[in-house]
Amino acid sequence: MDDTLLLDAIERYKKGEMTPEEKTFFDELRKNNPDIDQMAVEHTFFLNELERLGERKLFKHTLDEVENTLVNEGIIAKKQLKSKAKIVYLWNRYRRTIAVAACIAAIVSIGTAVLVTIYSDKKKENNITWLKGQIEKTKEDVAQLKKQATLPSAPFITKKQFNPTFRATGFLIDISGYIATSAHVINNANNLVIENKKGEQFIAIPVYVNKNSDLAILKVTDTSFKRNNILPYSIPKNTAELGEQIFTLGYPREEVVYGEGYLSAKSGYSGDTTSYQISISVNPGNSGGPVINKNGEVIGIISSKETNADGVVFAIKSRNIYKALEEIKTSESIKLPSVATIKGIDRVHQIKKIEDCVFMVKGN
Amino acid sequence: MNILEQEQLLLQGLAANDKKAVETIYRENYLTIQSFIVKNNGYPDDARDIFQEAMIVLYEKVCTGSFELTCQIKTYLYSVCRRLWLKRLQQMQRYNPSAERVDEVVSVEEELDIHEKRNADLIVMENALNKIGEPCKSLLEAYYLQKKSMPEIAEFFGYTNADNAKTQKYKCLVRLKKIFFAQYKNGG
Repeated sequence: MDDTLLLDAIERYKKGEMTPEEKTFFDELRKNNPDIDQMAVEHTFFLNELERLGERKLFKHTLDEVENTLVNEGIIAKKQLKSKAKIVYLWNRYRRTIAVAACIAAIVSIGTAVLVTIYSDKKKENNITWLKGQIEKTKEDVAQLKKQATLPSAPFITKKQFNPTFRATGFLIDISGYIATSAHVINNANNLVIENKKGEQFIAIPVYVNKNSDLAILKVTDTSFKRNNILPYSIPKNTAELGEQIFTLGYPREEVVYGEGYLSAKSGYSGDTTSYQISISVNPGNSGGPVINKNGEVIGIISSKETNADGVVFAIKSRNIYKALEEIKTSESIKLPSVATIKGIDRVHQIKKIEDCVFMVKGN
Repeated sequence: MNILEQEQLLLQGLAANDKKAVETIYRENYLTIQSFIVKNNGYPDDARDIFQEAMIVLYEKVCTGSFELTCQIKTYLYSVCRRLWLKRLQQMQRYNPSAERVDEVVSVEEELDIHEKRNADLIVMENALNKIGEPCKSLLEAYYLQKKSMPEIAEFFGYTNADNAKTQKYKCLVRLKKIFFAQYKNGG
């Protein structure tokens, strides 16, 4: 209980409640006893802190009261839910800025939408390149002259005046003279000829053109056209497998060119299921060339390549040929080859046999 | 009565925690402070906080009797609010140098440092009070903060007499002191 008495004494001393005798006694006590003095100092400080907390709380209470009075008078803005107040306040403060920003945003988004609409179609087209070769004027003239010199007995007089503007590839699908090629090749062409590796030309006419599938079938009308006995490759209906090794023959130049690669996807540009994606090196002029696997099956026809990527080539599936035949069976009787005679022989010999059935397609 | 005498009276009222005086100071200064804070990246609610803080600074200054009237109340309050607000902006990393224009201000840096120290001490005390638990907390608050008399407290808390209440109060006080100094000596 000593401590309690002492604390009480200190408090009374601090408040000045002590009688003069008590005070003198207490002062003496502190002077002679450092521990008690230390305790008195500490306790006084402690009490001061406690009292200040009390005063602070009372004053804070007064402040709150005054604030409330002024809020009620409308001098101070009412405290609202913090988030709501902030939003309202921000709205008031930045109303004009927001309006301007909104206008700009609206203009930009509408403008972008319009531009996207205008250019998106074109862009799609730009992403792929048709592999139809445009013939340079001078080169072509020279070549034409040469051909006419080596071919004194051209079957038709019209062929001599023929001045082609493009070149592509096609291949026989029926020995009687039907040739498959790409539809974009013969697009708007007035005259078409096919030319074999010896440079012999024969006039042909389109009997089927489907721009959606990019398939065209030409019929050789020239009577001088020599029939093959048999086609060395077959044309399957089923889908080829990923990773199959494939090769092609075509005319990106005036001479037949061989290229090989593999099947990289079962669908074509933008997920088009009527075509394949293949990885192969091709150039303008390869369009319409057959895509052949090692078993001698023509699985597709080269159509286009992606402009921005290297080695991404699209070929329409051979199944499209069957569909085409269905559509024209009333007017044309075409029989597709079903057995590949080149199956199992080495590539060089395969090519030698195929070469005779792959033609340059020219037109203007 | 000239302005100086009027202000002296207001400060005396403030020191005595007189509601009238507080209200007068509020009416004369609050809107200036609010427009300053709103102009400098703040909200009206921020202004209320800052103004209260500044009032406490002023109050504690006049309570210690050290307020020499070297400037008007409004200049003093503006200076304190400005300093407090810029500091808070810096803490929130929204500091806007445009607020750093030359105004009629008095230096309050030192006083605000003292004020901050005091605030820290009071927080230690408040934490200590919150830690001792009931009924100690209420008992001590009734006696030391609300300045109720011992017989009142004895009746309110149900002690048989004032002496019993007093004994209980000292027990609580010793505990509070222990907690307070433990924290205080740890640097708050």
